[in-house]
Amino acid sequence: MAELMILLPLVMACLALAFPLGRGRPWRPWLFPVLGSLHLALALCALAGVGPSSAFGWFALDPPGRLVLLQVSVLYLFCSFYVVGYLKTRMESPNRIFCACLLAFLGVMDLVIWSQHLGVMWVAIEATTLLTAPLIYFKRTRESIEATWKYLLVGSVGIAMALLGTFFLAYAMIHVGLDAPLTVAGLKAVAPQLSRPWVQAAFVLLLVGYGTKMGLAPMHTWKPDAYGEASGVVGAMLAGGVTSCAFLALLRVTHICQAAGQGAFTARLLLFLGLFSMAVAAVFMAAQRDFKRLLAYSSVEHMGILALGLGLGNPALFGTMLHVVTNGLTKGVLFLSAGNIHRAFGSKSTDQVRGALRRVPVSAALFFLGFLAITGSPPFGPFVSEFAILRGAFNAGQFAVGGAFLVLLLVVFVGMSRTVLRAVQGRAPAIPPVAGGAPGGSVRYREGLLTIGPPVMLMLLVLLLGLYIPAPLAELVQDAARYLEVRP
Amino acid sequence: MTSLLNAILVIVLVLNLFALGASRIQAVIRIVAAQGVLLSVIPLLVSQHLSLPTLLVVVATMAIKGLIIPGIMVRALRDAAIKREVEPLIGRLPTTVMGAAAILLALVFANQLPLAVQHEGSLLVPASLATVLVGFILLTTRIIALNQIVGYLVLENGIFLFGMLLVEAMPLVVEFGVLLDLVVGIFVICIIVNHINRAFSSLDTRRLASLKEGPWPS
Repeated sequence: MAELMILLPLVMACLALAFPLGRGRPWRPWLFPVLGSLHLALALCALAGVGPSSAFGWFALDPPGRLVLLQVSVLYLFCSFYVVGYLKTRMESPNRIFCACLLAFLGVMDLVIWSQHLGVMWVAIEATTLLTAPLIYFKRTRESIEATWKYLLVGSVGIAMALLGTFFLAYAMIHVGLDAPLTVAGLKAVAPQLSRPWVQAAFVLLLVGYGTKMGLAPMHTWKPDAYGEASGVVGAMLAGGVTSCAFLALLRVTHICQAAGQGAFTARLLLFLGLFSMAVAAVFMAAQRDFKRLLAYSSVEHMGILALGLGLGNPALFGTMLHVVTNGLTKGVLFLSAGNIHRAFGSKSTDQVRGALRRVPVSAALFFLGFLAITGSPPFGPFVSEFAILRGAFNAGQFAVGGAFLVLLLVVFVGMSRTVLRAVQGRAPAIPPVAGGAPGGSVRYREGLLTIGPPVMLMLLVLLLGLYIPAPLAELVQDAARYLEVRP
Repeated sequence: MTSLLNAILVIVLVLNLFALGASRIQAVIRIVAAQGVLLSVIPLLVSQHLSLPTLLVVVATMAIKGLIIPGIMVRALRDAAIKREVEPLIGRLPTTVMGAAAILLALVFANQLPLAVQHEGSLLVPASLATVLVGFILLTTRIIALNQIVGYLVLENGIFLFGMLLVEAMPLVVEFGVLLDLVVGIFVICIIVNHINRAFSSLDTRRLASLKEGPWPS
């Protein structure tokens, strides 16, 4: 099953690459919906336990992995339909590399999710960086080159730290003369004997490395640039897919370090980085005029929430795991609708973008609803998960952390609302801006079913999660939380 | 074996200093290629018994670090038609001194670390840490994009050195995966560098500064 899920996207990518003739082959984008649907079906089979188990011991689904697999598959399915509509507006630019990379990208995300071997997982995470770089560069503007350069350099160096951390963790085992496989289960079994100083050093490096990929402050510097210059659908996959995978990696290594008796040490670092990320995001979101960069900082904030939740431990784990899902799906709504607004106005600055509700009513409404959801307003999904984390903080006796969390959420809400309201409300500028921005921006831009349907569906899912969590999903989240629990 | 290994590691450390001191970019690329070739031999000295997988890793590492990556980079350099690093904020001499200090620091620090019995007396850990630090110095003080990539390569070489402590524990697939990521990474980065050169007519990364925060509205 694992092999099938990993190879299928790669085969599709080869298909997209294999037929080079002509520009903007009209059929090529349709590979995405095919892959998205097949992949979700496979993921559901894997979750139900149907299908052959993997030939390698390294490929298995742990409970958090199951949850992330479901979230990523759902998000990718909706994005896959959106891509078709998006590429229709960009027929003038060749999309062969773009399609191949975005298709193969799902395969390496699967590799991250399925791999239990820390080395394989590292290779897969680094591969996501390399495959997404051409996606950010798709527009071929000077700004997108700059963003891609920063993304590649910061991402590669950061992730190199994670490799060193993985080596340190392996050495923690060799140092005491053990010879277990470098898998999560293998290391967990020998965890109590691991050499303490090496485990601590390893965790710091792994936190920096995978934290860079997640976009935790202060390693987040690539994020506003990359998310700001990437198209909406790529932003959605980065903010809802890559970050979830990177968090999964961080969660697995944290789990090992906790099993090694370093729970207090990891918790301290995670809580600090979590709150720091939220604070940095809150500062930069206030008075942010670029609504795509705003979303990037929102992603920094929510990665901070996830780290915070992981640091709080047992009482907050249910909320944290649920937040992976709700954040991933809401980010999909926000980036996809922001992409539509960007195309309709040819700008992503609120200096030009005003009155989006009049020009692109559905996208603007979705953007506004997505903003309400991501800032934790009821009755949407993130409200439930953030509230559960908050309650976890108070149950854990961490009143200061809980209080700071609440204050930062409020500050973010105020800061974000300003930019969002400026973009959405008011009167649209009479003369469409011509300078700069996306070439697709024109008065005649109309919202199509393919670019509106996916974010609408995602928004409905986010709403559903706020009102009622289906039993199978609740069970998945429960399992993941129980798996991560530290028993004294 | 340990004395031969240590001799090689000392050369690796000296090459670090050369990389910091050299002014022509092509020279820096060659120095790091030489460092890569030296590193690729180490698995032969470290592993207890010679096996086919070890030999494969040695050959692949040598080809990738000694031939393929320098080849890609020299081509990017030729397209860019530049020869020297512009004088950065912190010059070459001060950074070389910083590099020497980093090596000393790594030697002192590695003494404090608990090591397995079979690794005591080996320079692997200090050499690895020092190379990682030198990589960071190159990354942060150099301005020409290609030189920053060299910094990344040196950093990667340092991590590779640490990996030598784990030759028995790391499966072959992972070793090759890491190498593959490295090659593809350098390849993609060099393509981007090429585009930077075309769009900005320069590889000066100080020009890549249009994306930033502000100006703030009043």
